[in-house]
Amino acid sequence: MLDKNGIAKRIAKELKDKYFVNLGIGIPTLVANYIPEGIEVEFQSENGVLGMGPFPYEGEEDADIINAGKQTITTMPGASFFDSATSFNMIRGQHVDLTILGAMEVSEDGDIANWKIPGKMVKGMGGAMDLVASAENIIVAMMHTNKAGKSKLLKKCSLPLTGVQCVKRVVTNLALLEITDKGFKLLERAPGVSLEDIKKATEGTLIIEGDIPEMILQ
Amino acid sequence: MIRKTVSNVTEALSGTKDNMTLMLGGFGLCGIPENAIAELVKQNIKDLTCISNNAGVDDFGLGLLLQKKQIKKMVSSYVGENDEFERQMLSGELDVELIPQGTLAERCRAAQGGFPAFYTPAGYGTEVAEGKETREFNGKMYVLEHAFKADFAFVKAWKGDEAGNLIFKGTARNFNPCMCGAAKITVAEVEELVPAGTLDPNQIHIPGIFVQRIFQGERYEKRIEQRTVRTR
Repeated sequence: MLDKNGIAKRIAKELKDKYFVNLGIGIPTLVANYIPEGIEVEFQSENGVLGMGPFPYEGEEDADIINAGKQTITTMPGASFFDSATSFNMIRGQHVDLTILGAMEVSEDGDIANWKIPGKMVKGMGGAMDLVASAENIIVAMMHTNKAGKSKLLKKCSLPLTGVQCVKRVVTNLALLEITDKGFKLLERAPGVSLEDIKKATEGTLIIEGDIPEMILQ
Repeated sequence: MIRKTVSNVTEALSGTKDNMTLMLGGFGLCGIPENAIAELVKQNIKDLTCISNNAGVDDFGLGLLLQKKQIKKMVSSYVGENDEFERQMLSGELDVELIPQGTLAERCRAAQGGFPAFYTPAGYGTEVAEGKETREFNGKMYVLEHAFKADFAFVKAWKGDEAGNLIFKGTARNFNPCMCGAAKITVAEVEELVPAGTLDPNQIHIPGIFVQRIFQGERYEKRIEQRTVRTR
């Protein structure tokens, strides 16, 4: 089974040379720590920075330089700052190659819910609706089940949607899955996780074809 | 040169009244018009509709207006960091319209640029699109969204000059440029106000035509919401 860093490590292997990538809050933020050797990627944060770097050293924090999670950050050589409308032109105009975000639920059609639990919790969608409506490649990073042990990979989402038919891949603590016309296609098992474990934790249609390899994490 | 300077924050806010719709720049606590917010609290202007990406935290930013129940309605994209906000929203005291962040920015910019409305794919198929006109372009579905209408826009820049020209710093830029000229009156507060001719015209982010009033803020706390550092 993977922890949050393990999920981030596996997703990092999906990064390709010359990709512009938007990382959501939570597990996705950790992906930046595991960029594969020898490729050039730039991270975009929708509050208005391209070319995000690591967190600053203590004493070097700048209140005017933060990411979308409101964390203090640094910038890399070649970075740029811009306003919110320009930022979403990058996203809506599909100039950003890959979006990685968290979710509360994903359906087998690729629908995603991550912004509201009616009557309980309303954080708002932030930039997620713009991102999922526009991005060509969307990977969801999340736990396979919620705190109550219920599957987050469903036939239909029960929570208010963030976007429809948009998620391409899901990486959880148990597996890597691809959204296909027929449902969640299992591509890889997390280390030490059995097919039975994944079947039990998946409510949506699960497609298992042939031998399913165990993930290789660098 | 057309001078836009006002002598202080009180003069800058002149004309703000109860029940008005205000735009306020900033992302989280980054690049918020701290001095204008403090003055709105001081003058106790109430029943406000506030268009701002976030709602501050409990004891800073727009959270200060929420504490004093001066806000009737919030129009935002993300409000996750404010307990008082969540309490007022879930209890029904506060009216809230949540809007996708890119749509929020574009509705400001549409108002700035004279577009009545525009189509965006954001929110299609979700409750955000309920009751709105939708249309297909090139095989993809889009939602019609309208330009905002606001009485005042309060923005914060790093440097500005007497003519109202503005330069922003870092990610404190965010929604501020989009809101300039998007309301009937735009009030810019800056950390440093300089004489006209001091700033290089090549480096201006927002030309003074979009700004009606400019003043230098008395002080900036610039609070950090999530201080994250790495070890050496």
